[in-house]
Amino acid sequence: MAKRVGVEVSIAIAEAVKLAKAEVIPAYPITPQTHIVEHLSEVVANGELDAEFIPVESEHAAMSACCGSSAAGARTFTSSSSQGLSLMSEVLYIPPAMRLPIVNVVANRAMSAPISIWNDHQDIMVQRDIGWIQTFAENGQEAVDLTLHAFRVAEDRRVSLPIIVNIDGFTLSHVIEPIELPDQEDVDAYIPPFKPKYKLDPRKPITMGPVGIPEVYTEAKMLQDQVIKNSKKVILKAWKEFAEQFGREYNPVETYRTEDAEIMLVTMGSISETAMTAVDKMRDAGKSVGLVRIRLWRPFPGPEFRKAAGKAKVLAVIDRTLPPGALCGPVGAELRSLFYKIPGSPKIFSFVAGLGGRDVTVARFEEIVEKATGYAKKRPKELYEVIGVREK
Amino acid sequence: MQSNGLSEIKHLLRTHRLPHIWCPGCGNGIITQAFLRAVRRLDLDPDKICIVSGIGCSSRVVEYLDFDTVHTAHGRAIPFATGIKIARPELNVVVLAGDGDIAAIGGNHFIHGARRNIDITVIIFNNSNYGMTGGQYSPLTLFGEKATTAPYGMVEQPFDMCELARGAGATFVARSTTWHAKKLVDLIVQGVEHRGFSSIEVITGCHVNYGKRNCRETAVKMLQWQKEHSVPIERFHSMTEEERKKYFPVGIIHSETRPEYTEEYAKITRIKRDDR
Ligand SMILES: Cc1ncc(C[n+]2csc(CCOP(=O)(O)OP(=O)(O)O)c2C)c(N)n1
Ligand code: SF4
Repeated sequence: MAKRVGVEVSIAIAEAVKLAKAEVIPAYPITPQTHIVEHLSEVVANGELDAEFIPVESEHAAMSACCGSSAAGARTFTSSSSQGLSLMSEVLYIPPAMRLPIVNVVANRAMSAPISIWNDHQDIMVQRDIGWIQTFAENGQEAVDLTLHAFRVAEDRRVSLPIIVNIDGFTLSHVIEPIELPDQEDVDAYIPPFKPKYKLDPRKPITMGPVGIPEVYTEAKMLQDQVIKNSKKVILKAWKEFAEQFGREYNPVETYRTEDAEIMLVTMGSISETAMTAVDKMRDAGKSVGLVRIRLWRPFPGPEFRKAAGKAKVLAVIDRTLPPGALCGPVGAELRSLFYKIPGSPKIFSFVAGLGGRDVTVARFEEIVEKATGYAKKRPKELYEVIGVREK
Repeated sequence: MQSNGLSEIKHLLRTHRLPHIWCPGCGNGIITQAFLRAVRRLDLDPDKICIVSGIGCSSRVVEYLDFDTVHTAHGRAIPFATGIKIARPELNVVVLAGDGDIAAIGGNHFIHGARRNIDITVIIFNNSNYGMTGGQYSPLTLFGEKATTAPYGMVEQPFDMCELARGAGATFVARSTTWHAKKLVDLIVQGVEHRGFSSIEVITGCHVNYGKRNCRETAVKMLQWQKEHSVPIERFHSMTEEERKKYFPVGIIHSETRPEYTEEYAKITRIKRDDR
């Protein structure tokens, strides 16, 4: 029987990778991802996991090695964060196009400068368009479950795409939570052996990633877009089977007390748990507030989101990144285009909060709801607002 | 004019930024002190010094020094410094960074800086591991020694940073340790004075992450180890092949004169200008 144990989330993720029987793990340490790969290097060294752990000299090398090992047909895992994820960036565009199902857990952290090791979503939002499937975990259990789900989906031949599982740095990576680690047999049943359709094999030579001349480049990119959009079916089915196997249910978009809610907060990642507490508090005070949380960020689950939040009068969208010079944060922009010119759709107000480790507290959510309520009556001057700014 | 008191270098520190983040007993303070003493001895104009670091415990040093300093990205100190030096050749540009920064993630920049022979001084805080991220092995971790990513001992061979620097074209190559705190000052003085790429490797102690995994769990043991395992380069030369395996040489390993990059570059732009 699967046991529920108190364990640091990073260690639990590493254990999930072990249960998934990753075969090659190239990684470079960076706070707050370090404990994940450190634990993996230990289980490999102890002989508990029959894998190659490659402590490469940089993240650029890590992602390059990931491409190599995945192309050779090995189940491949890595993990990074912030500056490290950015250093991978040049290579990150390659595996989706080559259909290499690498799994990468990103412990989300702010970008330099100023130097910050603390949590927000800048690192991943810079990589929004790399073509990887991207999910966001709310808590430790979900981080583990999404990691297992990632291997299952990525390697499905209909998908064959890399996946990033986002976990908030520190607020998830460094906390100890009660987490149920599934049994090996169940994981084996859920994640079949990796049998790629194409791999590098001297007996059947192929070339991966050759030049795409202007006559084919557009079509190649369109195909990639189609593949990630079509992957949603597999993602949903794998979640359904996850529920059957492990008893925990996941959807691309989750709702909390949204029935008849006039105002809905929209969040991604671990602040959603605080948001739920805030919703309870505001509901107790008679406010008509609910929460919508986006778990699947790429491919964006448009219909699911519309179904979950379409009846709201107001959406208060919280971004954890501030893209300088943009009209608003990426989640806000996504939802504005989702609802653009749809009659009766909610008014959308975009907020930026929790940059570089600043806490997003219950009081902040209350403030956001209050502001959004006001803006619904009187349009704000700006297209977004930063919340929790120090006066002095 | 030599005194050992802190008073003569204190004004070069941003004392309002203290206490520093380093663990008690960390060797970083010894190197910092040696560097500041060298600055004093050279009587450098503080406004003509620019310090560049990467990311790591050692790289934090730039926050405590009262010069123009830049805290860059992990591994990128040398290219930042290259840009600064070529734009302002009259500055004394010094890179202070860790072994991970210079030899792993920034290794490429190190060899190319040396090859160009650009007049910067690179002081490598070699604590044999990635201190800041908790003690993973680095390309300078000794064979057989332990780190969090080498729990049963390192199976890769380390770089010899001095041989690497020399091979890549550095024109001043030296090694010291935090045990040789005074000699370190001399070497830094010579490195900064040298016209060309100067590489100074300083073997230092991270007892907290590295020492404790390798039977050197105190700062004193780290220093003792340095003392016992180093020999002056002159003596090293007279050792047998077998003996040499047990020691690393300290002192000036290599020094030569070759055209310096910013000077050569200036010549070209001058010729071009005269052509016009
Ligand atoms: C691109 C990138 N990757 C990883 C990190 C995480 N990181 C910070 S410091 C460091 C290693 C530090 O080791 P070293 O350079 O030897 O300096 P020390 O801390 O030992 O002084 C790492 C891997 C980072 N900041 N940026
Ligand atoms: S971890 Fe090591 S290198 Fe970093 S401050 Fe402590 S002793 Fe120094």
